Amino acid sequence: MSQSYQIEKHEYDVVVVGAGGAGLRATMGLAATGLNTACVTKVFPTRSHTVAAQGGMSAALGNMGEDDWRWHMYDTIKGSDWLGDQDAIEYMCREAIPSVIELEHFGVPFSRTEDGKIYQRPFGGMTTRYGEGTAQRTCAVFIEYFALDLIMDDDGVCRGVLTWDLATGKLHLFRAHAVILATGGYGRAYLSATSAHTCTGDGNGMVLRAGLALQDMEFVQFHPTGVFGAGCLITEGVRGEGGYLTNSDGERFMERYAPNAKDLASRDVVSRSMTVEIREGRGVGPEKDHIYLNLQHLGPEVINERLPGIAETARIFAGVDVSKEPIPVLPTVHYNMGGIPTNYHGEVVTSRDGDPDSIVGGLYAIGEAACVSVHGANRLGSNSLLDLIVFGRAVARRCGAKLKPNQSHSSLPDSIVDDLVGDFDQIRHAKGSNATAGIRDKMQRVMQDDAAVFRTEETLKQGVQKITDVNKLFDDIGVSDHSMIWNSDLVETLELRNLLGNAVTTMVSAENRKESRGAHAHEDHPDRDDKNWMKHSLIWMDKDGKTRIGSRPVHMVTLSDEVEVVPPKKRTY
Amino acid sequence: MNDPISPQPEISRLRWRCRRGMRELDVLLERWLDRRWQKASVSERACFERLLAFEDDQLWDWLTGRERPEDADLQEFVERLSRGQRR
Ligand SMILES: Cc1cc2nc3c(=O)[nH]c(=O)nc-3n(C[C@H](O)[C@H](O)[C@H](O)COP(=O)(O)OP(=O)(O)OC[C@H]3O[C@@H](n4cnc5c(N)ncnc54)[C@H](O)[C@@H]3O)c2cc1C
Repeated sequence: MSQSYQIEKHEYDVVVVGAGGAGLRATMGLAATGLNTACVTKVFPTRSHTVAAQGGMSAALGNMGEDDWRWHMYDTIKGSDWLGDQDAIEYMCREAIPSVIELEHFGVPFSRTEDGKIYQRPFGGMTTRYGEGTAQRTCAVFIEYFALDLIMDDDGVCRGVLTWDLATGKLHLFRAHAVILATGGYGRAYLSATSAHTCTGDGNGMVLRAGLALQDMEFVQFHPTGVFGAGCLITEGVRGEGGYLTNSDGERFMERYAPNAKDLASRDVVSRSMTVEIREGRGVGPEKDHIYLNLQHLGPEVINERLPGIAETARIFAGVDVSKEPIPVLPTVHYNMGGIPTNYHGEVVTSRDGDPDSIVGGLYAIGEAACVSVHGANRLGSNSLLDLIVFGRAVARRCGAKLKPNQSHSSLPDSIVDDLVGDFDQIRHAKGSNATAGIRDKMQRVMQDDAAVFRTEETLKQGVQKITDVNKLFDDIGVSDHSMIWNSDLVETLELRNLLGNAVTTMVSAENRKESRGAHAHEDHPDRDDKNWMKHSLIWMDKDGKTRIGSRPVHMVTLSDEVEVVPPKKRTY
Repeated sequence: MNDPISPQPEISRLRWRCRRGMRELDVLLERWLDRRWQKASVSERACFERLLAFEDDQLWDWLTGRERPEDADLQEFVERLSRGQRR
């Protein structure tokens, strides 16, 4: 098969897939180690999703007292609802400050307060733009290259990655001693997501096809206020300034669910309350399928000065004048805690032969695609950007320690690449009766209905059946455009294949977990059950969409004796 | 293998370039491509192409009216693109 395609071959020490915050941070660090590094990305680096994050990095940075990392560690463990690995969390919190300082040495400017402390500031876009410049000066960056699949040898070691150059239509095979997946989350599996359209969980899909497991996929964080229909984020700050939610009776229903905190209750409580209102028939709009966010009473001054951009977002995406009308909103997918299981060096791990921490050779994962797991069952607001820079740096150091530059690449049987190209060719020429957009729409609706914030035995069972059926539709997919150059139909079909893997494993893992923990709130099992469920879920999926579930213990150890393990407590706020 | 050219390589390429780092921009740009491109004039199409080459945060500042492009054609185009939509 591969003979009928011209495949250009490249050899590198390391290949990074993805040029968001995580991928760029790793690439910069690798260049500094002298390893010959390539970075491939399906969209321009500055268009990666990291750019959307305009929050800060973790609070501990704003205020660098000696012991602050311990507080930050405690908050993160509590936030994770004791599903986070405590060694990894300790690593992240300890390395936060050195990671920022190192970025400064690379030349990324951080503002400092008068006494020299690092000031919390908008962060996402800046790092990306800076990282892009550095990466392009020091490494080979392949832009608009779509990674198709991992090259796994017969021993289960990753030897490279097969990619497709969207602009020229050529396939490129990258051989590498280390492949680092930094491909981001999979928000697009849901109808309503705050993330950009490129967040299609491609790395997770590749890992499943490589026969490896994903971890903790049932944990999906929702933001209560995405604009209905568009998904665009309306910040928490709106409720902080006095904005409130109402149902079809005009009732401020949060007063019923959270008498004290009301509209300022935590994200999961607000999202769940909104969903219950809609399910009980008190949603607004012709389909009674969303909720109103009111800020009319705040007055133009507060709105324009304290909530910049909100009036514009509401006007552009909901056609609403916020000084006169409420904004239609819906709980919207915001972050995927689950992903590719790794240790705190970024090495991909799996459970095999009785070893729950068995390292998969040649394969690494970082950023939202990975599950380190520092976020456990629930990510804290500003911890994901910290995750990107700490583990982007960690993975580069690990590769620097393990690999020598310019080692030769052993030969591989042709059949490995042939099979992958065969799969690609089959999809490219698929003549079935289902269109990509139609399947994607069905998948998104099932996920929004049954794998969102409201989960019961019954809805999850139904959801598993429905998503399994949707996944089967892919066997009869039809791709209308068979070209190789700028074939957006084919790219979206390949992305759909990845999304479906993420969707099925999310739903099945959610059905499997019979407790409530962090973002996984189960109506029939409302309490956390540490005795039976303080463990990571692992899930494999084969070619036919059949899943297999396993688990890994949560790491209840710390790296040093400078801090103690935080034993489980009830999570109350 | 023969590499047939896409039936609409241009629109496919543009569709890919509408993939941004912010959902807001994805929604606005794709909407224009789907609804307006076919009937757009040569100069409008050129405007769209030029717009796609700018950075996300620049585009967002223009679309939300925080800043205005200097070029009059771009300015007009951006205004039309950001006109509100009621669902
Ligand atoms: C609106 C919004 C606001 C947010 N605010 C905050 C905040 O204030 N603080 C915070 O900590 N976090 C925030 N987040 C979360 C944070 O932005 C993300 O978790 C983070 O950016 C993920 O970074 P990443 O590098 O893992 O992936 P991304 O930035 O998503 O990058 C993924 C990269 O992988 C590439 N890629 C993917 N698939 C392929 C493929 N098949 N082939 C080749 N390349 C591929 C893409 O081109 C891209 O370069 C926010 C998210 C959103 C949506």
